[in-house]
Amino acid sequence: MTEQRQEALLSVEGLRAWYGESNVLHGVDFEVREGEVATLLGRNGAGKTTTLKSIMGMIAKRDGSIRFDGVELIRLPSNKVARLGVAFCPEERGIFSSLNVEENLLLPPKVRSDGLTMTQVLALFPNLQERSLSQGSKLSGGEQQMLAIGRILRTGARLLLLDEPTEGLAPVIVDQIRRTVLHLKSAGFTILLVEQNFRFAATVADRHYVMENGRVIDMILNEELQMRMPVLHRYLGV
Amino acid sequence: MITILGVSTQALFGQLLIGLINGSFYALLSLGLALIFGLLNIINFAHGALYMMGAFCAYFLLTKAGIGYWGALVIAPLLVGIFGSAIERLMISRLYQLDHIYGLLLTFGIALVVEGLFRIEYGSTGMSYPVPASLAGGDNLGFMFLPRYRAWVIVGSLAVCLGTWFLIEKTRLGSYLRAATENPDLVRAFGINVPLMITMTYGFGVGLAAFCGVMAAPIYQVSPQMGSELIIVVFAVVVIGGMGSIMGAILTGFLLGLVEGLTKVFYPEAANTVIFILMAIVLMIRPAGLFGTQK
Repeated sequence: MTEQRQEALLSVEGLRAWYGESNVLHGVDFEVREGEVATLLGRNGAGKTTTLKSIMGMIAKRDGSIRFDGVELIRLPSNKVARLGVAFCPEERGIFSSLNVEENLLLPPKVRSDGLTMTQVLALFPNLQERSLSQGSKLSGGEQQMLAIGRILRTGARLLLLDEPTEGLAPVIVDQIRRTVLHLKSAGFTILLVEQNFRFAATVADRHYVMENGRVIDMILNEELQMRMPVLHRYLGV
Repeated sequence: MITILGVSTQALFGQLLIGLINGSFYALLSLGLALIFGLLNIINFAHGALYMMGAFCAYFLLTKAGIGYWGALVIAPLLVGIFGSAIERLMISRLYQLDHIYGLLLTFGIALVVEGLFRIEYGSTGMSYPVPASLAGGDNLGFMFLPRYRAWVIVGSLAVCLGTWFLIEKTRLGSYLRAATENPDLVRAFGINVPLMITMTYGFGVGLAAFCGVMAAPIYQVSPQMGSELIIVVFAVVVIGGMGSIMGAILTGFLLGLVEGLTKVFYPEAANTVIFILMAIVLMIRPAGLFGTQK
């Protein structure tokens, strides 16, 4: 693996995680390099969301190793992980209904000084500007997703964990999310994406990790994707 | 003498004043309960005992340290707030993974222990606490006599209630609190120390109870059971107002104090039961309470 001279920003080794007594991850290994967009692909229940939540420190029972920018995260609570510059956008979006759009945007505290400014965030998602005084609960699904992504861009986090950002959205909104992800990549963010929609994933990602039964079973570089499509289809059962 | 519906204005306004005073206490106490319930998901049965501790704190500060009312109004909530924070950290925090009923049982137990300890030392007779000299006396308003201390209780409580509302609904810190009430795991994943926030919220809620206890000391007797007498009514107030809303807790508190006062004038036999009758009616019509949101 001569091409891997470059140091990974995130490297996960032997990650295991449990919900109560039930073992969900059985030793997950993968890495994401600085400035890269990587995806976790796999069927429902493969452990993709649990992997993101474990990196974020939101799964209490976990072991193995998660190194971010040289720091071991495996024993850190989620508030400490966030302070190191990792941000999470959950699948259910997690918009706070008792807060208005502006309060939602301002909620995550700045962890570094070099995040996007509020103006830059609103330039990416002009809809949010118009809705800034609406309650979070009054937004459409697409607006909620933009808000969920927008609010973690201000904080200065370098690694964004996005859990199914295109789920349930109209194609025109998916296009907007795609442009946003590409823009963020060019702005230097490192992104780890969980996706069911690998057609979307193929247009934004540098590499894809395929998960099955709580493990990463394969890695496909995006340029090999066409060639390896049959094997990916078999993995995903599509 | 002027009368309204056969009741002298003096008696009417006198009872309305008492109603507002009681309403102030209901508002301060149900506000703390609503805050704690929102974030910790426990019904704090120790609230009455902590209110009583606030009153005793004022009494001790005066008799043992010579610190008067205004000092006590600051120190007692701080001390009781610290005591509450310690209880949350050492005991209540162990129960968050369990059914809500355990939090209720634990805080009920804490209330019994605290009350019992005070009763061993002070029996059940009350001690009087003097009205501060700066608020002694009263003013004749023409239609009624208004004792200055009682006027202060209403204004002071209202100010603290509205200040708390502002803190929660209009500030950055309050937005953390509202967000953590909805989804503590996600707020924590944004880098906010939610466990610390929970401890501080419990401390703040019981600090409000202690503040209320100091306010009440010159009006009621300072006694070990003063909390358990009041808290039953406060729980009825909380049920009527609903758990969801800060402003709802404040409004319901003052409103029910007034209703109680009016009942004393026009149908005194029902004065002690009117709140419970209202509670039964509200439960039938709007089970989540007047300001609560259905879950």
